[in-house]
Amino acid sequence: MDTLAASFSIFAKPGVMLFILRGVCFTLVLSVVAVLCGILFGSLLALLRNYAVHGPARVLGWLATVYIEIFRNTPYLLWIFICLVACPCPGFLQHKMLGLTSVEVRILFRASMALILFTSSVIAEIVRGGLNAVAAGQFEAGRSQGFSTVQIICYIVLPQAYRAVVPTLLSQVITTIKDSSYLANVAVIELMARVRQILSTSYMYNGTGKQNVSDVFVLFGLACILYFIINFSLSCLVRKLQKPKKAPGRQPAQAAAPQREEVA
Amino acid sequence: MELFSVASWAKVWAYRTTFLLGFGNTLRTAVFALLLSMVLGVIFGLAATSGKKALVAVARVYVEIIQNTPLLLQICFLYYALAFSGQNVEIITTGIVALGVYHGAYVAEVVRAGIEAIPRGQFEAALSQGFGYLGYMYYIILPQSIKIILPPMVNQVVNLIKNTSCLYIIGGADLISLTYSFVTGATTGGAYAPAYFVCGLLFFIVCFPLSTLAGMWESALKNRDARVNTATKNVEGVA
Repeated sequence: MDTLAASFSIFAKPGVMLFILRGVCFTLVLSVVAVLCGILFGSLLALLRNYAVHGPARVLGWLATVYIEIFRNTPYLLWIFICLVACPCPGFLQHKMLGLTSVEVRILFRASMALILFTSSVIAEIVRGGLNAVAAGQFEAGRSQGFSTVQIICYIVLPQAYRAVVPTLLSQVITTIKDSSYLANVAVIELMARVRQILSTSYMYNGTGKQNVSDVFVLFGLACILYFIINFSLSCLVRKLQKPKKAPGRQPAQAAAPQREEVA
Repeated sequence: MELFSVASWAKVWAYRTTFLLGFGNTLRTAVFALLLSMVLGVIFGLAATSGKKALVAVARVYVEIIQNTPLLLQICFLYYALAFSGQNVEIITTGIVALGVYHGAYVAEVVRAGIEAIPRGQFEAALSQGFGYLGYMYYIILPQSIKIILPPMVNQVVNLIKNTSCLYIIGGADLISLTYSFVTGATTGGAYAPAYFVCGLLFFIVCFPLSTLAGMWESALKNRDARVNTATKNVEGVA
């Protein structure tokens, strides 16, 4: 029991909590940025894979398919390692910032690129699911009103597709938050790595002069709680958004349409 | 372009047993973790659909805690807790347990969804015919829900294989870890591009067929369901 109290005293040391909270911020910002960039790039990939099937544009469609399949079927950690050696890093990121050393900033940038590349392949498949849920008649209706293909996609198809996949995209944020912990393999930037860093030097903080098992439980327990609070509140939100769609016999895309009228 | 340099490919070829060893370890970990996750998944999936409050709550807590924390955190938790308390457990074993428990939560959700997709009336029908719980599950629910369960299960297998990469953080012997120690090793160093290419290719040739199979299976099921739905609607319309 003494060691347990000693382990909890780690949190009372100045700077420890701040150190961990900064990690939480990095985790959150990194994941949100990765998902937002992933939505942009992923939508492009999904549109290419779905609609670039005729003429010379077919090549783009194939490229998008190859990209999606390659990234979906290889682990994220491999892409971190690849980006660490292969990804170019712009010059303005070569110095200290955000409380990180210049080396860490570079690793952060490269690992985030890996996360964005990896996440966009997953998001592409999610968006494609949304695109496939949009009825084919919508295309014909748009054509008959004189819309061009690009206009149909931007004004008619994409809004409906996004609306149908909002819950899935939100659960992708949860997955990305969990995936961002893979950064702990290469640098001390986000939550997971910071907690592990404190654990590896816990004998300096807990006052007993040596590492105890209780340190593991207290520190990783805190990390578990932090991750759980963030992810569980997100998954509650996802469930709340999914509920109205459970009306029998309705497809997600169709269920979304009447809601819109109610709002208007 | 290192990817096309003969010398670095020769180096990778000379150390091919390293990659094969890592590949073997990754597959071994994945297979045993899959078995563990299926056992846990079936147990907790059945608990979640049992209707008994305590069992449902236990299954819920397990699924929520595991699904809302990163696998890396769980594996570190397990590994350091064992190491600091003086237990000397093999890394692969630790990995199998952590991966099995993590994916068990996902399998439990898949099993639960599969069982819940079967209409409730089937249960009452089975009960009225004198089936016990096991007989009801085995003869009536399982044959119907297995086809709902299998496609997402295959997806879980793909994720499981990819997630063996988390063994790296505890110094594992899986494909990713061995590839990384190959490219950074003192005697074997360099040859980044071919080594990562081989590593990615090995993952791809296992995962791609599986995830393609799962995707095709899922859309086939969806199409059939759509056909059945229109058919029932037409019949209802006629009646």
